[in-house]
Amino acid sequence: MRKRAKEKRKKGLSVAFCSAVYLFLFLPIFVVVANSFNATTSKPYLSWKGFTFDWYIKLWSNSSLLESFGNTMIIAIASTVLSTVIGTLGAVGIYRYKFKGKGIINGLLYIPVVIPEIVIGIALLTIFSNTGVPRGMLTLILSHVSFCVPYVIFNVRARLSGYDASIEEASMDLGANRVVTFFEITLPVLAPGIAGGALLAFTLSIDDVIISYFVNGQTKTYPLKVMESIKSGVSPDVNALSTLILLGTIGLVVLTQSGLLSGKHNKV
Amino acid sequence: MGTIVEMLGVNKRYGSNHVVKDLNLTVNEGEFLTLLGSSGCGKTTTLRMIAGFEEPTTGTIKVEGTPVEEKEPYERNVNTVFQTYALFPHKTIFDNIAYGLKMKKVPKEEIRERVLEMMEMVQLTGFEKRYPAQLSGGQKQRVAIARALINRPRVLLLDEPLGALDLKLRKQMQLELKRLQKKLNITFIYVTHDQEEALTMSDRIAIMHDGIVDQLDTPTEIYEHPATRFVATFIGETNTYDGCVTSINDGIATITLENGAVKVKCDDSFSILEYATISVRPEKMRFSKEAHEGFELVAIVKDYIYVGSVLKCIVSLPNGNELKIERLAGQELPEIGSRIYPYWEPEDAVLIHNDSYKIFKILDEIKLA
Amino acid sequence: MENFSKLLSVDYLKIYARSMLISLMTTVLCVLIGYPFAYVIARTKSKSRQLLYMLVIIPFWTNSLIRIYGWRSFLGNSGWLVKALQYLHIIQEPVDFLYKTGTTVLGMVYCFVPFMVLPLYTAIEKLDGSLLEASSDLGARPFHTLFEVILPLTSSGIFSGCIMVFIPCLGYFFVSNILGGGNTDMIGNLIERQFKSANNWPLGAALSIILILLTLLLVKLYQKLGGDMENLGV
Repeated sequence: MRKRAKEKRKKGLSVAFCSAVYLFLFLPIFVVVANSFNATTSKPYLSWKGFTFDWYIKLWSNSSLLESFGNTMIIAIASTVLSTVIGTLGAVGIYRYKFKGKGIINGLLYIPVVIPEIVIGIALLTIFSNTGVPRGMLTLILSHVSFCVPYVIFNVRARLSGYDASIEEASMDLGANRVVTFFEITLPVLAPGIAGGALLAFTLSIDDVIISYFVNGQTKTYPLKVMESIKSGVSPDVNALSTLILLGTIGLVVLTQSGLLSGKHNKV
Repeated sequence: MGTIVEMLGVNKRYGSNHVVKDLNLTVNEGEFLTLLGSSGCGKTTTLRMIAGFEEPTTGTIKVEGTPVEEKEPYERNVNTVFQTYALFPHKTIFDNIAYGLKMKKVPKEEIRERVLEMMEMVQLTGFEKRYPAQLSGGQKQRVAIARALINRPRVLLLDEPLGALDLKLRKQMQLELKRLQKKLNITFIYVTHDQEEALTMSDRIAIMHDGIVDQLDTPTEIYEHPATRFVATFIGETNTYDGCVTSINDGIATITLENGAVKVKCDDSFSILEYATISVRPEKMRFSKEAHEGFELVAIVKDYIYVGSVLKCIVSLPNGNELKIERLAGQELPEIGSRIYPYWEPEDAVLIHNDSYKIFKILDEIKLA
Repeated sequence: MENFSKLLSVDYLKIYARSMLISLMTTVLCVLIGYPFAYVIARTKSKSRQLLYMLVIIPFWTNSLIRIYGWRSFLGNSGWLVKALQYLHIIQEPVDFLYKTGTTVLGMVYCFVPFMVLPLYTAIEKLDGSLLEASSDLGARPFHTLFEVILPLTSSGIFSGCIMVFIPCLGYFFVSNILGGGNTDMIGNLIERQFKSANNWPLGAALSIILILLTLLLVKLYQKLGGDMENLGV
């Protein structure tokens, strides 16, 4: 009896602790969502003046906010596509071939992951200004690709480590040449890793502040727009857009994850 | 029976690692040939060179008379069953088996017909829509075999295909494979490290050791007339004795061992004063309570081990070496600790040239020079 | 040369010290919160483990600035926390929780705790449950099992989590901007200012070299302690 009571107490304690951590993680998100329904119209939009959907309507007439969101989406999609292609080919190449300097390349991949983002930001800024590349959409996309590629490589490589290379040999043995084998076998089997990498790249790109902050020029992304407005108080339509983005991402992820998880071939 | 696969002077090196050494191997059409050896002996590399996954460093490989070293795996009329099965995890069983035909652009209707027929042959009817992860080990094995066989290859290469199965299933699959091979009349080249498997299934066995084929022969010949000391000890249980040929009379040699002289049947290749090894299987060993003519071995009975219908008698020689003697259970047995005189019929023992003998010869030559 | 003397000025040295202190406090708190948390979710048997794991990632999908701003509106002197405390009669007068070192640390912990939880989760999930049973079978109390078996076997996760928190934390200037209000400047804020307002790029670059050297040093230390680079990254 004593043992069971002890177990119960232990379980209760861990549930309470985890709930507290989740509360900590989600608390500011509740604040953001709640503020998007705040009827206040005076800066800094902090005191609660009642419930309204107005901000969700006003949002559509805030052209600079919408434009910054559009920029973020363009950059996120472009850099996700590019970094996924580069990262996938890179991961497969590193996995398959032995070449001089492989160890160095492997080591260098971790640098962007651990080094403070601000260092990457000013490094890219210096490169762009020294080479005279005009700062804007292009430099933003290039910068996002550069910090997303390692994450895609890690994701695809994690998939590759459980990968039985003999299935490619089997494919060639059964009459498929290298190109057919890549598209019929390699790519579909790596798909979950690639999708995971792409999702991560997309997430990192839409959320990036620090690096974008240095290389943006006149182009405003959505996070930079938020940063700008923080000084004078973030207006609830920004909160409304954030809420919509959160819902959109959750929807997207539920869609892709359920599609991937329901596939019967998850375990190799 | 013509030749289907021929390997001529094939070498394979990985850097300084010489894995396959000057291999010459001829495989006959329709036979079941096994490459048998412990891990690292070069058997899998040999198989992979025939399949086209590895290129020989030097030498020629011919399939149906044409050299294939330059050909890609997908250009060769051989198929492989992989040790890990290598089933495509994202394709159904049907699509896995259909893969080779799809690559050959066989019409859809025909693919369907042939896949279903093949699935029936390997007893997998009804599993078309499943994925590999949903099958048991034995079922995966059958898919791997079906996927290879449906292409009607001239040669099927099997790389330890039963290695991952449990003993009972393995025994069952051995018989099934043998049955399939006879029925389809396809040449099988089979790689395994399991000697029992090799002995049960093969028409011929090539015993590989350190990149070299020690012996290529029928299972009976290999068991009864091992060509090297390695083959004798690798296949089945045996007692070996190293000694020196002291006389040869009418095809019977007297060999002097550390513990006394014994007699063995021998052929012309042996000469007096040569170092040689005798191999005697436990079931061919005899013993008596008095000294047997021509044999000077004396031993003490150490222990008895019952193994079902037979009984193993462990006896030890004065120098500490132990011998195994097999007896049918139920026979009268000397007490443990008593003295016996081991012997054998000279024709039941095999005399093998001793590799170390070559070293003595070389040393002699150096001395003479 | 002028820049280098500035690098070693008292004001700057204070900021370096504060940066290290804030990063260190953040890292320690992340371990203390992250470890038991990761342990519980990684050891959850049922299907809900996947969901619990996803719940750690979901906050990432809201812009990090706006979440930090959420904290500001929650903690500010007319924020919800103050209102709640007043309502409960714990405090009478509004208290400003903002612009203190503790606030910046809270924001940093908030930003980085998932980076601690994820590698720990991976390390703990790999831990073979029978080892814990073996330990208790051999007479170890839970406390001993923790120190003799669990911690040593998951130390790689702790190391990589610490690397993933401590170093990036040094450069996260916007957290101290929003929550510290200029009172808790860190090395990242200094660098940002050289590039964005003071327009002294060479000084900014020199400051960032400090960060690079620190990164290399800590990564080397991490490898010395037996950390595997592959454990880094999400």
